[in-house]
Amino acid sequence: MEMKNNTVEVNHIRKAYGNRAVVNDLSFVVKPGEIFGLIGPNGAGKTTTIRMMMDIIKPDSGEVKILGETLTEGAKNNIGYLPEERGLYKKLSVIDSIIYFASLKGVDAKTAGKRAEELLKRVDMIGHRQKKIEELSRGMGQIIQVIVTIIHSPQLIILDEPTASLDPVNAQLLKEIMLDLRKQGKTVIMSTHRMNEIEEMCDRILMINKGRLVLYGDIPSIKAKYRNNSVLIEFQGELGEIPGVTEKRPHDHAVELMLDNKTTPQMVLETLVHKRINVNRFELSTPSLNEIFIKVAGDERE
Amino acid sequence: MRSSSKWPVTNVNKTKLLIKHEFLTMVKRKGFIIMTLIVPVIALIGLLAARVIPTIINSSTPTVQNIGYIDHVGSFTKNESQGALTLVKYGTEDEAKAALLNKDIVEYLVIPSDYISSGLIQRYGLKNEIEMSGIGQTTIRDFLLANLLQGNTPEVIARAKAPMNIVSTTLTGTGEVAKQQGGISAMILAYLFAILLLMSIFSSSGYLLQGLGEEKENRVMEILLSSVSSGQLLVGKVIGLGAGGLLQIVIWMVSAGFIMKLALDNFSTYIGVLNITPEFLVVGLIYFILGYLLVAVSMAGAGAIAPTAREGQQMSVLFTLPVIVPIYFMALIMEHPENVVVKILTFIPITSPITVMMRLGLSEIPVWELAVSIVLMILSIIGCFILAGKLFRTYLLMYGKRPDLKEVFRSFRNA
Repeated sequence: MEMKNNTVEVNHIRKAYGNRAVVNDLSFVVKPGEIFGLIGPNGAGKTTTIRMMMDIIKPDSGEVKILGETLTEGAKNNIGYLPEERGLYKKLSVIDSIIYFASLKGVDAKTAGKRAEELLKRVDMIGHRQKKIEELSRGMGQIIQVIVTIIHSPQLIILDEPTASLDPVNAQLLKEIMLDLRKQGKTVIMSTHRMNEIEEMCDRILMINKGRLVLYGDIPSIKAKYRNNSVLIEFQGELGEIPGVTEKRPHDHAVELMLDNKTTPQMVLETLVHKRINVNRFELSTPSLNEIFIKVAGDERE
Repeated sequence: MRSSSKWPVTNVNKTKLLIKHEFLTMVKRKGFIIMTLIVPVIALIGLLAARVIPTIINSSTPTVQNIGYIDHVGSFTKNESQGALTLVKYGTEDEAKAALLNKDIVEYLVIPSDYISSGLIQRYGLKNEIEMSGIGQTTIRDFLLANLLQGNTPEVIARAKAPMNIVSTTLTGTGEVAKQQGGISAMILAYLFAILLLMSIFSSSGYLLQGLGEEKENRVMEILLSSVSSGQLLVGKVIGLGAGGLLQIVIWMVSAGFIMKLALDNFSTYIGVLNITPEFLVVGLIYFILGYLLVAVSMAGAGAIAPTAREGQQMSVLFTLPVIVPIYFMALIMEHPENVVVKILTFIPITSPITVMMRLGLSEIPVWELAVSIVLMILSIIGCFILAGKLFRTYLLMYGKRPDLKEVFRSFRNA
């Protein structure tokens, strides 16, 4: 496989139920070996987008290419998918569940059994291999789901809200597994509400709202784009009047100075030095992804 | 690094895996095992009861019981002993009553002077009973007949007690003896087969619905659909569970064979000779498979729409009720198999399996009728399969809400 090709190419897909477009003219690519975050408020169309990528729902128009081709039954064997709504057969044992779902991905029982042992050891659940799914705790069940998702060693892993019902310990375990996958050169797509996870894990993100693309790219450039023209300072002394500052917003121990279009942070710093104000902290205030998320989602609502 | 190493991916047929999984899940269910075993067990218990209960009743009856009678006609003097019961003559009703209270007799009869014209017999006893016992009635009837027919030979009296012993033979249009000879044995067989067919179709399509509902409730569905298509899933379920249903009906038929043989040894006089012709079995098998496929595929469609297993069960009545309809027409089907209503029931795909099974035991069904009904069934199975496939594709992943009829029709067009 040529690694230069995009792992996923989504071109102008659209899906409507009745008159309501759930996904509207959405295009993006996912590159090999990256962790790609898919974010957006509830009902933004994340799950519908993922289902169209998995060929579970057909788009009304547009196309999805995975690993260079439109998705065929065989190509599904190269993808591991953890849906948002997920579960296993309650009466089946852990090991039988893993082997059955692996067989549906084209892996023979012996290989699946061997790999299942490895993965169960990795997550410290080897002792539970013969237990029925219904005997496991919810968090343990979720981890087994993750194993089912990657048991066939897929090239692309799609995780829809993977940490939604995990406790912090299991969530950490899952993050480690995802980072492992990236190390192995796999491509991971995850959708989530949790912005801290996105900042921690993702190389690039796509934010959609009402089925449309609103943010797309790597995190530093998105942050740069949404940076307020402001600086955060901690100081001793009297600030007084500073040219180009339109507003002073008090924070805990600091003040945020909002600048007009003509003023740069450099000019403010010069003024402060000139005024002999004792500056303990001076930083460009970058918004968190969370703030950008709320701002963009809010703007869309208006 | 493991990145480049691919796990050996065998070229397995995923539909086969689904069939195997569904079949094994079904036959391992407690409900299935119990249902499969309990039917023959109940039949066996019934048979044993039919054999044992009369013996129990006989053994519990004292060897000889006396029945008193008072004869106002004056001609009832003969044959006072009738097997286990003996009739004892008393002069007056007071004497008889005293004997009854004294437990010398279990009951007494009064034959009034106008008995010949009225047929009236008055009976007095100490027990409350719903109806007089059969043995008692036969005894008294035989006693009265024997006395009424005094002067005739014992052979004539015996014949009068059992005046006919009919042997019927059905002839074909060309005057030859027909293969299907009707009669109670054929009726029992046809009825039995229809009931077994019904039970097996319902139980396996019931499991289909239950399985679908559980997969929806367990949220396994979307994981399955990330590996297989909705069409493969539908085929896998219908065939896997159908094989389970077939296994069940085979077990029932084999055990029914044993039980029938046992029954023949014990009750041959009632049942006569059972003849299960190969044609009967072949047609039965065809109609089981077609009937099951039709019901199962329709139920799969309903199961796709229904948000839970329970709602699916309720919706399934839509398909199970019409299957039973021929049972309501049983009398008509058995007595007038040529009636136009019977023909219509033979041709309507959903009523045809049971109708054909019931007709088959009684008369020969013209080959063209069978051919038309089989073709119609196959066509409607294909049609239902396409519709169910569309519903599968659209509704399998809609949890917790049920589409209204308008949406369902729209999805038939769009999917």
